[in-house]
Amino acid sequence: MKHKNVEINEKIGWRDISVAGHITGGGTSKEFHTGDWRNLRPVLVLEKCKQCLLCAPVCPDSSIAVTRGKRQEFDYDHCKGCGICARVCPFDAIYMEKEVVSDD
Amino acid sequence: MIKDRLSGNEAVALAMKSMNMDVMAAFPITPSTEIPQYFSQFVADGATETIFVPVESEHSAMSACIGAQAAGARSCTATSSCGLALMNEVLSVASSLRLPITMCCVTRALTGPINIHNDHSDAMGVRDCGWIQLYAENAQEAYDNYIMAVRIAEDPKALLPVMVCQDGFITSHAVENIILLAEDEIRKFAGFYEPENYLFNSREKVAYGPYDSPVYFMEHKRQQAQAMIDSLEVINAVSQSFGDLTGRYYDLLEAYRAEDADRLLVVLGSTAGTAKQVVDELRKAGEKVGLIKIRAFRPFPVQALVQALGNAKIVAVLDKSEGMSANGGPLFADVCAALGGRGPRLVNYIYGLGGRDVRPLHIKEVFEHLKDDIEGKTPAAKTAANYRYLAVRE
Repeated sequence: MKHKNVEINEKIGWRDISVAGHITGGGTSKEFHTGDWRNLRPVLVLEKCKQCLLCAPVCPDSSIAVTRGKRQEFDYDHCKGCGICARVCPFDAIYMEKEVVSDD
Repeated sequence: MIKDRLSGNEAVALAMKSMNMDVMAAFPITPSTEIPQYFSQFVADGATETIFVPVESEHSAMSACIGAQAAGARSCTATSSCGLALMNEVLSVASSLRLPITMCCVTRALTGPINIHNDHSDAMGVRDCGWIQLYAENAQEAYDNYIMAVRIAEDPKALLPVMVCQDGFITSHAVENIILLAEDEIRKFAGFYEPENYLFNSREKVAYGPYDSPVYFMEHKRQQAQAMIDSLEVINAVSQSFGDLTGRYYDLLEAYRAEDADRLLVVLGSTAGTAKQVVDELRKAGEKVGLIKIRAFRPFPVQALVQALGNAKIVAVLDKSEGMSANGGPLFADVCAALGGRGPRLVNYIYGLGGRDVRPLHIKEVFEHLKDDIEGKTPAAKTAANYRYLAVRE
């Protein structure tokens, strides 16, 4: 995120961070990666997917993009792993697996 | 120079009008009711261009001020007691968003038992909300502090909301002689409010109050704390230029006949007036007594206080609210923290709760106790400890 050309990231100190957390510009929620909150990860089994597109509109985080009538891979930067998509899929083309986090 | 006679409430309402506030949002509560009442009269008479928002609660009053100020408007309100308590949640929003809102807090006891009279439990209840708090001794100071408050709040080094406190009924309703500034002088002094970021700015989008996750929250709090530290300097600078304009100079605290005093009182608000009379009387009789009146309680003027208390043998801190800490009142706690165990002996008196009258004889009683303490005379059992009560029936 940026505020008046100052990059706001997790390294910034209190002297440089924008006053009161103000952010200038729009659409900045895209830059806030909520995917690391996830403890279950949806996995798409392409061979089973019929592109019925029931999963895309139920995603609360817009993490299933649809391009030219076809759903794309999950947006793992923003998917919080709620599992609604796996529930609605009539073809068992989405399963949830435990998220493995590296210790770096 | 305009001479008039006004109550504290009338004087503050006039200060708000003179500064041509953009928005005033308020809900009536005793004893601050007169401020929005006078103000809505100004609006009805066409004497001001301010938008008056008659909200349905104090929570809404502060929320409306926050919305207006974030949009780019200079906003203000007034409240007391339970009204201030109801605002509590949003007071911290205002300060953490760094919105320079100003408010007059006409201090009154917090219920319960239910009571409408003066003490400082309302203002003390919100002392950790990140607002600058200035306390006035009389109507003149309430008026002067309010005019200075707008400049202090909006200074880029502070950018913090300011609460101007005056004592309910004692100051808010008593009519006193007062010297007013001309409207154009006040407007020139206050200047034009031009925030760096505001929601109604069509040239630059800005997000106010985004969610602050654990990796950012502490940095913002540290930054806010620095603003409070830096506002000491801002208060001094604004007070200096106000003094240059009016001849009335104010410091973070007022040391009254304190220099060579061996016994000192530390007080907030109108009690200072009563105490000054007692100090004068005792001085005439050759007693070395003095008074420290704290004007800026938030930020707490540590350096100035340490300097002012320096040579005393004993200091009584008078708290007009019971902190319920089993260890004395909130002002006492701050004075102790400021001295850090060095300097004179400190004792605490809880006094004047719920409008209990504070008369010269009570102040005299404190000075007499302090004399006994210095001379090592056996004090009465009730005053043996450092945490004492004044004028309570045993």
